[in-house]
Amino acid sequence: MATGIKDKVAILGMGCSKFGERWDMEAQDLMVEAFTECIADAGIEKDRIEAAWLSTAIESVHVGSSGLPLSVALRLPYIPVTRVENFCASGTEAFRGAVYAVASGACDVALALGCEKLKDTGYGGLPQRTRGVTNDMYWPNLSAPGMFAQLAAGYRGAHGVDKDDLKRAMARVSVKSHANGTRNPKAHLRREVSEEQVLNAPMVAEPIGLYDCCGVSDGAACAIVTTPDIARELGKTEFVTVKAMQLSVSNGEEAGHSGWDGSYVKTTRIASKKAYEEAGIRNPRAELDMTEVHDCFSITELVTMEDLGLAEEGRAWRDVLDGVFDADGEVPCQIDGGLKCFGHPIGASGLRMLYEMYLQLLGRAGERQLDDPQLGLTHNLGGFPHMNVSSVSIVGRYEG
Amino acid sequence: MPNPGITAFGAYLPRLRLQRSAIVRANAWANSALAAHGRGERSMCNWDEDAVTMAVEAARDALSGADRSEVSAVHLASTTLPFTDRQNSGICAEALNLETEIGTLDVTSSLRAGTTGLANALGAVRAGAPGQVLFIASEHRRSRTGTPQELLYGDGAAALCLGQGDVIARLAGRHSISVDFVDHYRGQQSEFDYDWEERWVRDEGYLKIVPPAVAGALRDCGLDAGAIDRFLLPCSLRRVPEMVARQAGIRPEAVADGMQQVCGDTGAAHAVLMLCRALEEAEPGERILVAGFGQGCDALVFEVTEAIRSLSPRRGVSGALARRAPEENYDRFLTFNGLVDKDFGKRAEVDRQTPLSTLYRNRRMLTGFVGGRCERCGTVQFPKSHYCVNPNCGAFDSQADHPMADTPGAVKTWTADSLTFSIDPPAYFGMVQFEGGGRLMVDFTDVDRETFDIGARVGMQFRVREVDSERGFRKYFWKAVQSD
Repeated sequence: MATGIKDKVAILGMGCSKFGERWDMEAQDLMVEAFTECIADAGIEKDRIEAAWLSTAIESVHVGSSGLPLSVALRLPYIPVTRVENFCASGTEAFRGAVYAVASGACDVALALGCEKLKDTGYGGLPQRTRGVTNDMYWPNLSAPGMFAQLAAGYRGAHGVDKDDLKRAMARVSVKSHANGTRNPKAHLRREVSEEQVLNAPMVAEPIGLYDCCGVSDGAACAIVTTPDIARELGKTEFVTVKAMQLSVSNGEEAGHSGWDGSYVKTTRIASKKAYEEAGIRNPRAELDMTEVHDCFSITELVTMEDLGLAEEGRAWRDVLDGVFDADGEVPCQIDGGLKCFGHPIGASGLRMLYEMYLQLLGRAGERQLDDPQLGLTHNLGGFPHMNVSSVSIVGRYEG
Repeated sequence: MPNPGITAFGAYLPRLRLQRSAIVRANAWANSALAAHGRGERSMCNWDEDAVTMAVEAARDALSGADRSEVSAVHLASTTLPFTDRQNSGICAEALNLETEIGTLDVTSSLRAGTTGLANALGAVRAGAPGQVLFIASEHRRSRTGTPQELLYGDGAAALCLGQGDVIARLAGRHSISVDFVDHYRGQQSEFDYDWEERWVRDEGYLKIVPPAVAGALRDCGLDAGAIDRFLLPCSLRRVPEMVARQAGIRPEAVADGMQQVCGDTGAAHAVLMLCRALEEAEPGERILVAGFGQGCDALVFEVTEAIRSLSPRRGVSGALARRAPEENYDRFLTFNGLVDKDFGKRAEVDRQTPLSTLYRNRRMLTGFVGGRCERCGTVQFPKSHYCVNPNCGAFDSQADHPMADTPGAVKTWTADSLTFSIDPPAYFGMVQFEGGGRLMVDFTDVDRETFDIGARVGMQFRVREVDSERGFRKYFWKAVQSD
């Protein structure tokens, strides 16, 4: 009987680069920027790291494949470096690799680093790219907003929500994240927007407008993990441990079987349910102090609130309008600005979410610091509503 | 005694109808004479339609209610076939899910290909071809910008099932004349036609070549010209069919309208299209003479039978004409036809190579739109897979081929995507839920932006999915189209 990951692994240090249009930086420079902060925070020498995981998603537009780019950029001492990719959930996958390595006892100290350099394509938005040779022969020429826009149509259909009401709730999601982003010096987008601006922005993929989309950014984030015992030996007195790490990957049922109504992300429901069990959470809305979810688009965040059990089915749009997920609401969401404003360097995003949790839990979040949070959830989603990978992680202060 | 004839017909016209006034408005500064052709509208291929896709749709209409295993051959007539070396009729056969043990033939190189191909296919039936010979004529016409041709031409396709026995129109007689009369031509390396003076084409061409062909066909069936109830001669030169009829002794009221105002001249397809329209309207006993001109002339006489009353309902030409969306934007026509070098942004720069081995391996799925149906639980799924998608079943290798092209569906989710590359932005795509099971994230085309939403009824059509202009290849797949 598996005992789960709860409190087996501690975060020794974290780092995150400034996100944004880093025109003067190579991907490797961003890796070094995040790592420099992380290793200093961890308070160890580089040669203590025994294994590393690198997450990148669209490596063909920057570093290329394999673990080599990380090993070379950091001059790691010929240790195992594994490159992972799982769409936009890649960052959490790197973290999962490092966490599981430590939990298994295979190594004492492991590094997870996610990085993406997206701004060398010559145009805005994510790069148009192949989806695989056979898929390219029959899939639509889909874009990310085009796919997540499907969720809005599905949600409308399932819950009979008026198009304008939903659009207004979506706008409110973005207004909130922009407000949060102004208080984050590392965020890509740091200005407030009004509901009117969001509603009147150019349409990208009906009903998703420009301000319903997250930023496409360059950036890197990383974590060094170890066991709680080693963390203590290294002089850490207050630290954060992993309470749960769950990943669910679609098997094609949503895409191919009529059981799914298109209004929710099935994998998030499965992963969160397992994560709550692993972490021992019974009432997430009451027990979680904050969330960083995969708000690639406003509608994704809205639906995710239901999938995580933080809002009742068909009610999230009302909760959003009621401010439940605002910085001063019941369960603050995207206190760092989220993908929306912190930015979305794909391979780094899962680790960036954990970085914010880590800062908040240790009381180091500056002017956006929440009041004594104990437990936080990150949700990292990759793919499309009808076919995706979703990871849910829960981290919290270590009480052991 | 063999009795070849037509057993069924079908037609397809692109939904878009370019208003001729839009062409005139854009080009009159350079050629004020164009205004003479400025009335009415012409059918215009969407960017994802071509001679093959239209042929498939016309054939589906012709085959409605028919047993496709009866089809023993597919002949496709066109001068605008997308492939010079890859059998276009073979693509149609694959898309139509016909048996593999059939004959396929492309008939081309002359606007007369429609009638010559028809005569030839009927000859094959007379010679004993089993079952049904599917004869399709289709044309996606090309013309330089600002020419009379641009105004006069149209795009479209028509299909006939040919067989023996229970025919709706019996071939009564035929005659062909071959003369190397070059009223226009298109060399192998040229994109557009080169035409000679219209008056010469009329006087030395139509008026001297068509009448003897008509006379020959009448002689072949022992009929007087006065016995012809419908005379079909595609010709965009004004009054020429009437002049030919007068010369040949055909009653003036028998001269059929060439659909110039509502569709335009669909080239090699036009005689067959006009024949389909005549069959829609004809009563048993009527005699139809259809002629095709082009380096000579074919004339075929058909006699309509009682069986026409029991032909199952179909779209036909009238349905195709009724399914229309007026297009005022001349630039879209130019863009869809590659007549302007339009910038589609850097997202359009991705490589669109088709791995031919992948295409071949998946041809049933991609070209035929064949999914799977689990024989254990009955769940329909696309694509067909090893493990059943039904979470309560999951059976292994339990799926039989399940053709889905004719299964209607409804829009479950959708978007109009302005970010992604599309030749006709925004790109509409979304989830279609098929009646009886199965669903697919798929492109929508011919979208009516006013009425499109979740719940809209759709049917599938064979379309161009992507053009690899670098290598001269095009990918075909099926797209969802709002039902009429």
